Amino acid sequence: MIEVKDLTKKYGNFTAVRDVSFEVEKGEILGFLGPNAAGKTTTMRVLTCFMPATAGTARVAGFDTFRQSLDVRRRVGYLPENVPLYLDMRVRPYLEFIAKIKDIPSRDRRKAVNRVIELAALEEVEHRIVGHCSKGFRQRVGLAQALIHDPDVLILDEPTNGLDPKQINEVREVIKSLAGDHTIILSSHILPEVSKTCERVVIINQGRIVAGDTPANLDAQLRGSQSISAQIRGPVGEVMDQLKKKEGVVDVKTRSSLGDGLWQYEIDVVPGRDLRSEVASSVVGSNWDLVELTTAGMSLEEIFLELTTQEEEGD
Amino acid sequence: MQGLLAIWGRELKAYFISPIFYALSTVFIFFISLMFFSFLQQYTQYFMQVAQYPTMMERININEMIMRPLFNTMSFVAVLIMMPMLTMRILSEEKKSGTIELLLTSPVRDWHVILGKFLAAFTLYTAMIGLTIIYPMVLQIYGDPDWDPIWAGYLGLVLLGGGVITIGLFASSLTENQIVAAVVCFGAALILWILDVVAESMTGTLGELVGYLSVLRHYNSFEKGIIDSTDCLFFLSFIFLGLFITVRSVESTRWRG
Repeated sequence: MIEVKDLTKKYGNFTAVRDVSFEVEKGEILGFLGPNAAGKTTTMRVLTCFMPATAGTARVAGFDTFRQSLDVRRRVGYLPENVPLYLDMRVRPYLEFIAKIKDIPSRDRRKAVNRVIELAALEEVEHRIVGHCSKGFRQRVGLAQALIHDPDVLILDEPTNGLDPKQINEVREVIKSLAGDHTIILSSHILPEVSKTCERVVIINQGRIVAGDTPANLDAQLRGSQSISAQIRGPVGEVMDQLKKKEGVVDVKTRSSLGDGLWQYEIDVVPGRDLRSEVASSVVGSNWDLVELTTAGMSLEEIFLELTTQEEEGD
Repeated sequence: MQGLLAIWGRELKAYFISPIFYALSTVFIFFISLMFFSFLQQYTQYFMQVAQYPTMMERININEMIMRPLFNTMSFVAVLIMMPMLTMRILSEEKKSGTIELLLTSPVRDWHVILGKFLAAFTLYTAMIGLTIIYPMVLQIYGDPDWDPIWAGYLGLVLLGGGVITIGLFASSLTENQIVAAVVCFGAALILWILDVVAESMTGTLGELVGYLSVLRHYNSFEKGIIDSTDCLFFLSFIFLGLFITVRSVESTRWRG
């Protein structure tokens, strides 16, 4: 449904997005993850035809975003980061205006407006002035605006930004209910957000894609080369030597002393192997005390931090 | 086309919701009434003085003595002073609130967006000018004005206003700050206004060229009651050019982001 190939966007000398390529299948929800100023919004703006790319191509529903811009725009619903609201209008007339500029024929307009008012649960505020609505309602009006022409593709830039936890849940439910019929890209810098709603995640940093997979695979991929964290009471040198000799152990480091001969160790192991029981029996066999033993698993949060900070060091 | 009409309609409503249009039209009408009253006063005094000399009486003309200075004042107040305030928000506000992103990602062509906005400002301006039709009607009751030059004057005023709206539109497309947009529009319009004076200090082809660009020179012939195709063409191409560079300016914001 969406194909992005070697997309590059420069603002003067500043490269916001560099050689980004990815694809999104029909009905999929793709999460765009990255710190602020990573290039998420820029990529979305190219996809929605707000701005043309400096190099590379982007196709939405088979149409080129630059050459067949109007065809793309007819099929895309877009919720920008700053929700584009006319604060002096009332909610229903605002949505009617959107229906008009989205090319909905006059006979279907009323139905379309009613549909999104129901979908985004706006019945309560439909006659209120947009500027008098709460942040949560404004965000939902924005969502309604993006959905009004029943687009094939939905592009949502930080849809839950600035909402309270209850509102976040509500918006998340709306988004999930849309998957299947609609192809959705949503961006966020909040990780649980993405791991909860999206089937696939693309992590973007400093204009480049640094990883892309399902949240579970990303997790496994990085957990593969994971380490074991252990607290062992015993002579440091001997413990390290013995553990290093174990098959499958790559490196052993001491993290910190916890006092009274107790040390925190970090044991790097070969990807894909769980050496916890071997480590345990070895330590106990030598008559040392094993106080704690865990795999240092990475949450999506840590993966994200890892990937994005590595990139910075690389520069 | 539906998009263009929708933008036109929304923009008009936005003007009626905001107090700016009411404030501007009230001040405008108040000021023009005052001027009309004083022109009328001068006319009656002059009429009294020359009433005894029949030869002079023939040269007294209600159009020349009341309507022409009134058109002159209207062009100055409504176009030069008020137009920047009428047009400053037209694109700046959209840029500031982010709604420009909505318009530019909707299936509406850029020039439809710009034309819709132009038509909204133009409609309001024409309505404001239209209110002043009451003055020649007053003259009609008590005197015998010639209506042809009056219609010509209104045509000139509408064309001149249309041209300056496009300057305001362009200025507004450059910045998200409304005050800056107003200042740029006022400055540009003022330069066009004084080109007439500048042209007089120049000789040869350059003088002729600058004189041709002077909007006042073209407008003055409408004031006199002359509808010349050259002047009409001048203003129409002025409006077209203004719209064209505004569309280009909006396109360039797309590239620059």
